[in-house]
Amino acid sequence: MKLEDLRKIREKVQKEIELREGKARVKIVVGMGTSGIAAGAREVLKTFLDEIEKRNLKDVIVTQTGEKGFASKEPIVVIEEEGKPNIVYGNVTPDIARRIVVEHIVNGNPVSDYVIEVGGK
Amino acid sequence: MPIFTVLICGGAACISSGEEVVKNKLISLIKDKNLEGDVKIIETGCMGPCQYGPVMIVYPDGSYYIHLTEDKIEKIVNEHFIKGRPVKEFLWETPEARKKVEEKKIIPFFEKQLKIVLSNCGNIDPENIDEYIGKGGYEALGKVLTEMTPEEVIDIVTRSGLRGRGGAGFPTGLKWKFARDAKGDEKYIICNGDEGDPGAFMDRSICEGDPHAVLEGMAIAGYAIGANKGYIYIRAEYPLAVKRLQIALKQAKKYGLIGKNIFETGFNFDIEIRMGAGAFVCGEETALIASIEGKRGQPRPKPPFPAQKGLWGKPTVINNVETLANIRHIILKGPEWFASYGTEKSKGTKVFALSGKVKNTGLVEVPIGITLRELIFDIGGGIQNDKKFKAVQIGGPSGGCIPEEHLDTPIDYESLTSLGAIMGSGGLIVLDEDNCMVSMAKFFLEFTVDESCGQCIPCRVGLKQMYNILDKITKGYGTIEDLERLEELAKTVKTTSLCGLGQTAPNPVLSTLRYFKDEYLEHIIDKKCRANVCKFEFKEERVKEKI
Ligand SMILES: Cc1cc2nc3c(=O)[nH]c(=O)nc-3n(C[C@H](O)[C@H](O)[C@H](O)COP(=O)(O)O)c2cc1C
Repeated sequence: MKLEDLRKIREKVQKEIELREGKARVKIVVGMGTSGIAAGAREVLKTFLDEIEKRNLKDVIVTQTGEKGFASKEPIVVIEEEGKPNIVYGNVTPDIARRIVVEHIVNGNPVSDYVIEVGGK
Repeated sequence: MPIFTVLICGGAACISSGEEVVKNKLISLIKDKNLEGDVKIIETGCMGPCQYGPVMIVYPDGSYYIHLTEDKIEKIVNEHFIKGRPVKEFLWETPEARKKVEEKKIIPFFEKQLKIVLSNCGNIDPENIDEYIGKGGYEALGKVLTEMTPEEVIDIVTRSGLRGRGGAGFPTGLKWKFARDAKGDEKYIICNGDEGDPGAFMDRSICEGDPHAVLEGMAIAGYAIGANKGYIYIRAEYPLAVKRLQIALKQAKKYGLIGKNIFETGFNFDIEIRMGAGAFVCGEETALIASIEGKRGQPRPKPPFPAQKGLWGKPTVINNVETLANIRHIILKGPEWFASYGTEKSKGTKVFALSGKVKNTGLVEVPIGITLRELIFDIGGGIQNDKKFKAVQIGGPSGGCIPEEHLDTPIDYESLTSLGAIMGSGGLIVLDEDNCMVSMAKFFLEFTVDESCGQCIPCRVGLKQMYNILDKITKGYGTIEDLERLEELAKTVKTTSLCGLGQTAPNPVLSTLRYFKDEYLEHIIDKKCRANVCKFEFKEERVKEKI
């Protein structure tokens, strides 16, 4: 092994470790309270994971949280991005989740029809 | 990418408190509930807070779960992993605030610590070389081999001020220089992983939690002194540490990081693991060398020092596990950075195994120079069950007891020696009012009597006599003359023994005589043990006789 080979391994694994420790540019937080799960939050979450994997997005993590207090608009998804206000989406379906990844996370344009709050947590 | 990464502590203490059952339960639940893609489990080395084991951290939020059981795991899987709600009542809680904490950053146990040597311990999978590389592993070895001369490496280690962590605190750079300057076509590096002190588990934890750091340190040392071969001497009673070192070595060899032509620079360095039978004296460097050579592990007089005549008569550097694990950090971050921690004469950090009557026992790493009070009361959380602090025994059987009036002493090599203790390898046993200081001294003497190799008379006979006197005192038969004889014997054994074992074995006695003589006198004159530890066999009869 040459020093360059070592550095390649390091870069790859370093990223993985940072992601698992929650150091990421964008966090997708899916509300997984009882009502969220009933409304299909688990499928939404799987879709996010799937899209991120497919597009090989290295600085995005998906996490989950309990009730968000918007019971009528479940599933709820919050996009937290460094230096920007949080964007809260409501009534997210797997299709919308795919759009959020492409339009919002990759291209930087929130999917405005489904935004229910800006700056909320 | 999984949603959650679980780091579960696979250190020996957590394993003994049931980590395996908990881990297996976790694995099977994750399988049953189809969460395999969502939750990744990594078994790490010791995370530190051994008292609270089994422990685990869940990332990305950093939830720190303690005292895990199968039932708790079930609830955590259902609530945290399925519904995203950390189970607050199982999270670490600070006793003072009685407040649940969610992030390890705000746990006092970690606040005053500075993790350099332990930075990977509990944070990576020690059985996966890629994780070590991901944390900058083998970068220091690459740097010295491609950019530096051996002299430059020695210069950096010297300027860092690193001193041996195996007990005596000898400057590491100087030791390497002696071995580099010594004549000889073959030279050796030995890693001393014997760790015979009762109550010590620092070196074991490093080998279990970050084995590659030890291998990398050895390879750098090898390059610095001109050695192509290294040995790790480790006791067979540390099977997990041995296993992790073996795995690490195999992986490093596979990547070509240990072996021939490392980083294609022409440097060859091979490492072999040798298991010792676990005799305390085999930690002494000349005895250890004899043991590797296949002889009886007995010390010999010094000089010649191993740096001149070591393994098979060749120049040899023998360094402690923790000393070697510091090396890569010094190379990567520079000697000035390292020397910015610690005191004037003692740089960097030291790992301690905190045990005894303190609330938070476990593995801690602190900048040298922190006071004993900070270590015991801030990090350790104070004394269990609101008892009164009596003393701290530091440095194992070669060390001594330090009483309350010296609690504000900074912990460094010189201050501890001036108080009659030693830094030693970092075993730290906290004693409270229920500990009898005479019994304490007797305990360590019993250990050294057992472990003496018997070669020289002061150690073989002197220690045994000292033990007999202590035994007599604890049974209520002691006289004032015994006490004088004890002190005289202690001084004689200290100055006339052949090796460090005998030279330091009287320290527990001398230091308790220095600070707790009144307890000895109470035993002798009043037939009283204020801690109620000693049973005076014939006290009743004597009282009757008097009447
Ligand atoms: C009786 C006795 C036992 C020792 N046990 C150990 C031990 O278990 N581990 C260790 O590193 N050093 C031990 N030492 C110190 C070693 O002889 C040696 O000084 C040390 O390994 C050097 O490494 P360092 O300079 O990195 O501290 C012991 C010394 C004596 C006298």
